[in-house]
Amino acid sequence: MALNRKIAYIDLSTGKIEMKPIPLEVRKKFLGGRGLDAYLLYNHTEKGIDPMGPKNVLMVSAGILGATLASASARTHIMAKSPLTELLGSSNMGGFFAPELRWAGFDHLVIKGKAEKPVYLWIHNGEIEVRDASNIWGKTTTETQWAIREELGDEDIKCAVIGPAGENLVRYANVMTGIKDSAGRSGMGCVFGSKNLKAIAARGTMDIKIAYPTDAIEYNRRFITQIVSAKVNQTQGTLGTPFIWGATNSWGGIRTRNFQYNQCEYADDIEPERLDEICEETMGKYHMAGCFGCQVHCRAKYKIPSGPYAGKYDEGPEYTSQGAFGGEPDCKNAVTVLTGNHLVDQWGVDNLEIGSIISWAMELYELGILTNKDTDGLDLSFGNDEALLEMIRRIAFRDGWLGDTLAEGGIRASEKIGKDSFSYLIQVKGMSNLHSDERATPALALGIATGSRGSDHLRSRPAIDLYHLPEEVLRKVYSNPVPYDGPLSSDHTSYVGKAWEVFWQELCYMGVDCLGICKYHTTFLGATLPNFEDWSKVLYYNTGLEMSPKEIWDVAERTYNIERLFNMREGLTRDDPKKGDTLNHRYFDEPCLRGAPDVIGSTIDRKKFKKMIDEYYEHHGWDENGVATQETLKRLGLSKEPSHLV
Amino acid sequence: MAKVLMINYEKCTGCRLCELICSVVHEGVSNPSRSRIKIMKWESEGLYVPMSCQQCEDAPCMNVCPVKAISRDENLDYVKIDYDICIGCRACVSACPFGAMSFDVIGRKVVKCDLCDGDPQCVRFCEVKALEYVDADRVSVVKKKDAAYRLTVAEKEAAALAAQV
Repeated sequence: MALNRKIAYIDLSTGKIEMKPIPLEVRKKFLGGRGLDAYLLYNHTEKGIDPMGPKNVLMVSAGILGATLASASARTHIMAKSPLTELLGSSNMGGFFAPELRWAGFDHLVIKGKAEKPVYLWIHNGEIEVRDASNIWGKTTTETQWAIREELGDEDIKCAVIGPAGENLVRYANVMTGIKDSAGRSGMGCVFGSKNLKAIAARGTMDIKIAYPTDAIEYNRRFITQIVSAKVNQTQGTLGTPFIWGATNSWGGIRTRNFQYNQCEYADDIEPERLDEICEETMGKYHMAGCFGCQVHCRAKYKIPSGPYAGKYDEGPEYTSQGAFGGEPDCKNAVTVLTGNHLVDQWGVDNLEIGSIISWAMELYELGILTNKDTDGLDLSFGNDEALLEMIRRIAFRDGWLGDTLAEGGIRASEKIGKDSFSYLIQVKGMSNLHSDERATPALALGIATGSRGSDHLRSRPAIDLYHLPEEVLRKVYSNPVPYDGPLSSDHTSYVGKAWEVFWQELCYMGVDCLGICKYHTTFLGATLPNFEDWSKVLYYNTGLEMSPKEIWDVAERTYNIERLFNMREGLTRDDPKKGDTLNHRYFDEPCLRGAPDVIGSTIDRKKFKKMIDEYYEHHGWDENGVATQETLKRLGLSKEPSHLV
Repeated sequence: MAKVLMINYEKCTGCRLCELICSVVHEGVSNPSRSRIKIMKWESEGLYVPMSCQQCEDAPCMNVCPVKAISRDENLDYVKIDYDICIGCRACVSACPFGAMSFDVIGRKVVKCDLCDGDPQCVRFCEVKALEYVDADRVSVVKKKDAAYRLTVAEKEAAALAAQV
């Protein structure tokens, strides 16, 4: 059955491998994926360990619904202490790896220690082998995958791998599978590299028994209709995520020139329609691809049309690359965006982080804080496409003083660069923000300030807050599965009720991350998409596990609190500009200069922002310092953590 | 008229939901290795091609079967296996030129597409219509129309070129 997949504990220092079943009691408390990973992280790490040392513990997992008829049950979750933030590291990717891991018999891998020389894990029908990776060390992400397939003689093998950036311990290196699916955020590829772990290869032909096949099939059909009937998903399926960048840029929610402007002007060449045109020209009319079992198919296929990498095949670019290599550095050239996307995919580094960091360096260069001496003569001006691409290379390979410095992440780099550099760094808890500008949207600003892995849009972003939905619609969404009768506001510039929206979305996203399904299949970009109630049914039909919508909500709250416990243990304090629930001062001090009339002039109001954080803590049952109270921990069954159940 | 499973690989997004649905419908499990349909992929080129039984008129699997366990279903016009007769020798697996006949190592039997008794579930779940269940004559009509359109475009272009000269 779907619940008989195991946890494997792999010690790379000793080579010892242990496999254990996951008790039902643990499933009911943490489900799987990110939820159980968070529990394992808190239980298997000590306070204050070096994230790049052998004591860090790396979790790789599938959700409890992985590979089942849950629709887009494709997500792989990866967790460890982050080398970038020294707090919670957590990242998630689509593709086909997690289903293969489940067919091979496992749900969670707990990887400890450090291998003496480069290795990769080979996971096949209930067996795990540590294999020599010295001849694939140094290869790009796709070369690595094809080499492993050839070595093991099976083209159906799915791999989670690192590229050169992970080997070079770039603190925001990612883990990748396929051409472009990336667990990008918080430097999980760096943790792979620090353990001399080049890849995890999986292949399985073991049955996952579906508890009630007829019901599961019929509910999946219904689920798909609900998902593809949403206009937002139809648009995702034709233009991919770039459509979000285009729509957000139109009203002034895209940061440009690091954080100087909130709208990228004259950007026709990187608008979603232009990128789509290139995909069609190079790959034909039907150029969209999908992750396992997903009918949204938001991933575009393309070949780079010109330049030094002309003809190279890649996928995406996601709106993150469009923002990171287009809007932020003000390089408004499609070929640059497509090339930048290809380089980060091949070398294995988080596009979002590297683009933000380079744009920050460009602003420092403009201000004279960085000089030609620091850049080894590279003209790091905004809008210099060649310099952007060159900096990607220098960072991925830690080449030169600046490349090596920026590979350390924003906060460490700011300490090396000195002067006033930190105050220009757009980060929360040491992780760079997405390319979006939240000065006109208090709900979104609260979300990035409080996200458990640092500044991020996929932790709690109430994107539907931008749609000006009537209050009764918002109430319908946000009063389920627990009642909420507090204030709500349809106005995206308001501070009213936004703390609840962020709290609710946090638990919603935790829900999908535990189940192992994609956020486009829940209340993220569309208000009509499935959540707790549907998950309860899907979970039952596929696994036989009976959990009410409220019980799934409780799992989400429990596991979110474990993430909080971890962060507090590792030094998070409310107002710390480097490790707190805070925003860069520019959000409060520099008004938006562009965009729609209700956006121009916007800043975040310090007082109202503080009040929002207070409310947000209150919804969580945390005190004014953001510490979970004993009552909250008791209510969630977390009074005795770490409890070492698995 | 009998219907056929029409595959338009260009539309395939490579999601493999057809494989998942097929294994759940036939075996009650998620396990693509037991699916009757399988997407062949060239990932580094973005090429995905679903492969299933062609339901051949002069089927090599049927011809090679030493116990005559394979026959044509008159009603739905497809090639079917009679498991009461089949001895599991896998001669059909060797003979099939498309790799469409496979051996299920868990169920210990040869398996192939049975069109889900006239309501192929893979088709029902393929939103992009890379898989369709259509009257047999429709397959070539779609291609004919595409080719015809290309011809007219070419003709117009040639005429425009001639006019320029």
